Amino acid sequence: MSGSLATVSYIGATILFILCLGGLSNQETARRGNLYGMIGMTIAVLATVFGPQVTTAGLPWIIGSMVVGSAIGLYLARVVQMTQMPELVAFMHSMVGLAAMLVGYATYIDPAASAGLAGAEKAIHEMEMYVGILIGAVTFSGSVIAFGKLSAKISGKPLLLPGRHWLNLIGLVLIIYFGREFLHATTIAEGMTPMIVMTIVSLLFGIHMVMAIGGADMPVVVSMLNSYSGWAAAATGFMLSNDLLIVTGALVGSSGAILSYIMCNAMNRNFISVIAGGFGSDGGTPAPKGDGTAQPVGEVSPILAAETAELLREAKNVIIVPGYGMAVAQAQHTVYEITKYLREKGVNVRFGIHPVAGRMPGHMNVLLAEAKVPYDVVFEMDELNEDFPDTDVAMIIGANDIVNPAAQDDPTSPIAGMPVLEVWKAKTSIVMKRSMASGYAGVDNPLFYKDNNRMLFGDAKKMLDEVLIALKA
Amino acid sequence: MPLTIGVPREVFAGEKRVATVPDVVEKLIKLGFKVAVESGAGDAANFSDDVYRAAGAEIIEGAARLWATSDIVFKVRGPSSEEVGLLRDGGTLISFIWPAQNPELLQKLAAKNATVLAIDSLPRTLSRAQKMDALTSQAGVAGYRAVIEAANAFGRFFNGQITAAGKVPPAKVFIAGAGVAGLSAIGTAANLGAIVRANDTRAEVADQVVSLGGEFVKVDYEEEGSGGGGYAKVMSEGFQQAQRDMYAKQAKEVDIIITTALIPGKPAPKLITAEMVRSMKPGSVIVDMAAEQGGNCELTEPGQAVVKHGVTIIGYTDLVSRLARQSSTLYSTNLFRLTEELCKTKDGIIDVNMDDDAIRGLTVTKDGNVTWPPPAPKLPAAPPVAAKPAATVSAKKGHGHGGSSEPMSGQKMAIMFGVAAVLFWLIGAYAPVKFLGHFTVFVLACFVGYMVVWNVKPALHTPLMSVTNAISSIIAIGALVQIAPSGDLSPVWIRSLAIGGIVLATINMFGGFAVTQRMLAMFRK
Repeated sequence: MSGSLATVSYIGATILFILCLGGLSNQETARRGNLYGMIGMTIAVLATVFGPQVTTAGLPWIIGSMVVGSAIGLYLARVVQMTQMPELVAFMHSMVGLAAMLVGYATYIDPAASAGLAGAEKAIHEMEMYVGILIGAVTFSGSVIAFGKLSAKISGKPLLLPGRHWLNLIGLVLIIYFGREFLHATTIAEGMTPMIVMTIVSLLFGIHMVMAIGGADMPVVVSMLNSYSGWAAAATGFMLSNDLLIVTGALVGSSGAILSYIMCNAMNRNFISVIAGGFGSDGGTPAPKGDGTAQPVGEVSPILAAETAELLREAKNVIIVPGYGMAVAQAQHTVYEITKYLREKGVNVRFGIHPVAGRMPGHMNVLLAEAKVPYDVVFEMDELNEDFPDTDVAMIIGANDIVNPAAQDDPTSPIAGMPVLEVWKAKTSIVMKRSMASGYAGVDNPLFYKDNNRMLFGDAKKMLDEVLIALKA
Repeated sequence: MPLTIGVPREVFAGEKRVATVPDVVEKLIKLGFKVAVESGAGDAANFSDDVYRAAGAEIIEGAARLWATSDIVFKVRGPSSEEVGLLRDGGTLISFIWPAQNPELLQKLAAKNATVLAIDSLPRTLSRAQKMDALTSQAGVAGYRAVIEAANAFGRFFNGQITAAGKVPPAKVFIAGAGVAGLSAIGTAANLGAIVRANDTRAEVADQVVSLGGEFVKVDYEEEGSGGGGYAKVMSEGFQQAQRDMYAKQAKEVDIIITTALIPGKPAPKLITAEMVRSMKPGSVIVDMAAEQGGNCELTEPGQAVVKHGVTIIGYTDLVSRLARQSSTLYSTNLFRLTEELCKTKDGIIDVNMDDDAIRGLTVTKDGNVTWPPPAPKLPAAPPVAAKPAATVSAKKGHGHGGSSEPMSGQKMAIMFGVAAVLFWLIGAYAPVKFLGHFTVFVLACFVGYMVVWNVKPALHTPLMSVTNAISSIIAIGALVQIAPSGDLSPVWIRSLAIGGIVLATINMFGGFAVTQRMLAMFRK
């Protein structure tokens, strides 16, 4: 295959990738979008393998490694549970990060890659490699930590080292210093030391960045790492002078950046501070609780599963607000059973999804889809937030901060200004929770003390099963 | 030493309610109290002694012994003079008292050094107090029963029907006064299928009337009638005239009138004149729920159902007792909620905390001192205070991420363009031509990504992430070209790095697309 033909194939692949992302704009076209992506990827890989840059001598190696990789990938995709999607995504980000690092190193030690370059061109090429490996390393280590946190192998609590901003600054200075050394190096062996030091610093930087972020802020982290993995691909594209890589990387990078931006807005946080990794430092930490005046007073009214069933049966409009607790308890199937039963009885059951509910963007939607909840009864916060006053029962399953009225009423609250689902405006709200513990933000929730709120204590799955039995009885 | 709560049999003629039902007995025992019930106390409300015994109460024969053993007495009606005599010196009594109407009763109770909580004196505007609001719970029962009594006396269906035997028009019901009893009556009558109209001097209840399926009839006169404490006030002469005209018009049209108008401490307003009764269709029904306070209708005879001018006028004063089991259950739950407030320690000891707004309002005598009327609650200050924080929150929000919702300010825009221009100039000045080609592609791709991704539905964010993740495994190409760039295999070091890269990227590629496909297959309508 000639060079021009390969380039044309790349253009085709690029277009298919754009159509792929465009297809995801709604559920009807999403599957076709994914298909476009697959075709695009196939074209890109085939055009490369049979293109001028790869000769037949490499084919056995390529086929062998691709068979291994695809077997692992397909296996993972098959066994993963939908509640584990965030972990899987984080894991895959780390794959991209590591691959970018490996490609960067391979390019660097390949004398042919930089042959014939001099002056500014050489400097730019080296800089591209340096930056490519840097982003790859940060993505890799950050994703590994995110994976650990999401799968509860590492504590979800933010680890805040003293003077962590200074640590980050020192890391940055080191990276710049060794970058200079690297550019000045004349031979490959000479440049290796600064390169390795930089890699280690970047890895530590990635670890430190994600360690400092709390468990429930994960939607931002996951989408941010998504973005980083895109930029890593784009940087690799620059170092290999490959436009397809650049375009695809940029698409992924901006997609991830937009997602993080949406997540930040949903939590009323500053985008810049998140991208820089300096997260949870400004206003994100729980306020001291000493004064007692801002604490909600009153008592909570507990409710039993049977009474919950009674309320649901008599309601005309029900909105269910799921949160991470539903994912933890794997309660989505029971939720669907209840929804189906109530809808057959003519109750208008809808779902209200907060953008940051769960551990990654759209997490709740996927769980509900898995449980076969039709997507036309699942609504975004903005779509149904005004309907709460006409709602008889708002059922909150394992969510806390996203339904906290303090975000609107209490300007001193750490989550003040965060958009929340106004469940307290419903005639009755029922909060399912394991205990009275506060959410990740450490803020007490005045919702629990409202007169029209009832608490259904217990494991979400177990309590919902009881509700379902009581409903059918 | 846990206190004993005593529940005597009600002595007032026709009173069938009981202050505590067996379910609540169990809950009171859980709070640490002992409960004693007079034998036969629940008979009229269909709760036998055996059920009380099973719930853990002690059954005591005779009122005198019961009053003597009880530290706290739960009653429905205010105590008779004999009962005041039976009350233990320094004892506690919780019941309806109506202190404004019964000052001498208060004096007698105070003379016994009693602590008396009048459930009717609850500050009803405290939202925290709603669970203890016995007036509301009893009025709701009465409103329901009023409709049932009306249906009983009315010779036709409530709902309209079209049957083989001909068409039946729906009954028209007019309800005067949309308080708790009125609203309950509206809901009940609407559920039976009648056309329901209602009127109240307080304009703000119009929405509540509509929400229950009624139609709000306005008086053609401008005046606001909210009196405080959830009651209406006495209206001006001009208004009353307009109101009478409206009632006269309704009387001619409707089949059933239910009146619930009460003004605290005053005789009930006479809304329905004899003239209006005469203008009603024969067979119509009037239920006068204010009969005990003299009645809203001139022809009402309290406690009786009479037929005058062909209209049945029901003046029962015991509507609540006619649903004794239901009203007792609700009343005793109100008392239980009050007991919870009094006994926060759950050890069977009560603490009449006079700093608590709700309890302060309820307590009419304490340890022999008359504490009624309570000082005015400091409520009117609340609304302006509540409004202020809301404003600051929204202001803060606007400041926090103003760039997202509003167009950027000109100054900000200029700075951004300035920075971008400098950057582009630097790149243009120093970068080689080859780099610029790639750079162009990169910048344009960022914009395309930006445009495309904003259209993605939030529900599809997870599939979006997994598919972008799969796409980012395009990095495999970087590794592919390193394996054998020029005829031969590349050196072993490079090759192994490249193979590692290919394996990792392929895991991602296949895994990412497959899992996206799996997820998307689940989304269904």
